[in-house]
Amino acid sequence: MSGHTDMVLVNDEGIRIDGRRVDEKRPIRIEAGVLKNADGSCYLEIGKNKVLCAVYGPRECRPRHLQDPTKAIIQCKYNMQAYSVNDRKRPGTDRRSVEISKLIAEALSSVVQLELYPRASIDVYVEILQANAGTRCAGLTAASVALADAGIPMRDVVPAIACGKADGNVLLDLNKEEDNYGQADVPLAIVPSTDEIVLLQMDGNMTREEFEHGLDMAFKAAHEVNEIQKDALRRRYTEISKKEGDSDE
Amino acid sequence: MEKRNARRTREIVVPGDVLGDSEEYRTGENAYESDGKIRALMMGLKTYTGDAVGVIPMGGCYMPVTGDTVIGIITDVGPSNWMLDINAPYPAPLHVSEVPWKVEFGDTSRFLTVGDVVLLKVLMVDEAKKISVTMKDSGLRKIEGGQLIEIAHSKISRVIGKSGSMIQMLKNMTDCRIFVGQNGRIWIDGDDENVEVAAEAVRIIEAEARSANLTDRVREYIEKKLPQSEGGDDEEESE
Repeated sequence: MSGHTDMVLVNDEGIRIDGRRVDEKRPIRIEAGVLKNADGSCYLEIGKNKVLCAVYGPRECRPRHLQDPTKAIIQCKYNMQAYSVNDRKRPGTDRRSVEISKLIAEALSSVVQLELYPRASIDVYVEILQANAGTRCAGLTAASVALADAGIPMRDVVPAIACGKADGNVLLDLNKEEDNYGQADVPLAIVPSTDEIVLLQMDGNMTREEFEHGLDMAFKAAHEVNEIQKDALRRRYTEISKKEGDSDE
Repeated sequence: MEKRNARRTREIVVPGDVLGDSEEYRTGENAYESDGKIRALMMGLKTYTGDAVGVIPMGGCYMPVTGDTVIGIITDVGPSNWMLDINAPYPAPLHVSEVPWKVEFGDTSRFLTVGDVVLLKVLMVDEAKKISVTMKDSGLRKIEGGQLIEIAHSKISRVIGKSGSMIQMLKNMTDCRIFVGQNGRIWIDGDDENVEVAAEAVRIIEAEARSANLTDRVREYIEKKLPQSEGGDDEEESE
């Protein structure tokens, strides 16, 4: 959004620098239940992004003053590793990570049945191992899979994906170059069963027509992401039963 | 057992999956209704109970229910109560009036201290999920000796088996005293070797909870490990 470049982000045939078409998302790979010590976990790759997410709880809420006597709270911690970007990222909490943590927690709060666990806390840890634009979407996508893996009651598994604009074209799922040198970035997360929006931001400028076109693409892609999420969750349990079948120990 | 096998394998559902039409079915456990559709709240197995459709969860944390027998570990001692960890999201207080002894005010640590393991019954869970537990019932006591193992609470029903068949076989064949808490904790006491075998058998049950003919396979395993033990569902009643 900020810099300028001589790079051709989208060529005349509508092909982007990584070979995708304008309405094509990056390849996604999701694996649920990768961490043994967490109650639920998920590893996700979307393009060059690599995200690891762990969920604990519901457990007793600490610090006590954050407890809500009527429902559980979701405490999310989004963290980027020092080695996640080209130049070293200064470790620790910063303005951006606080924002994204809040965003993810709020998006998840709208699907998780928090009233079932008054005074408790559900802790979500999102670690970005490698970043290439779109990590808040990747983090939220991973977090909702990890929550489902932890057996926490929720209305739906939330998928998230971004759309945006670069070189005057409306694009789906921006990569780093398109994000840095493009004109707009719009992350979106939805509840697939009702098409409710649980996360929507816009950084940059788009016309109303461009915005609506982008949103249409993102909605369609989010439903596809949701299928991949559900598939990852189902796969986890068919794998377990397969293991049960062939071993006695 | 046989009847359950005869049924087609149950479908795995994840949150948000449609279980059925709300006109056709009632909303069962771990499900919710929206827009005329019944959807799953949890990952698990889709099941029909009567005219309701719901989900049997495949994980998640233990939520205490009134009347459950559980195994608790003391985490804190107060002047008139003990705090227990019963594997639930909340700590469970045990008041001095709910123990079988006469305890003077401030004298609690003479009876139970931090780290002690006790058998308990869940007395009440109110809507704020405040738990109260009691030791005043037959068979409830402090546990000494033996081994405590922890498994997923959703697998406890398999350890017990249909009308107690699995647990009865384990007790008879290994000659151990076994106590199963609804919160996923199992206490086993007996000869060292037998306890090892019983604990391993429980682990097998946990790992293979979803497969068929589990009782037979566990029996085979114990017979292999303990050749002297008699064939199972007969003879001596242990506890």
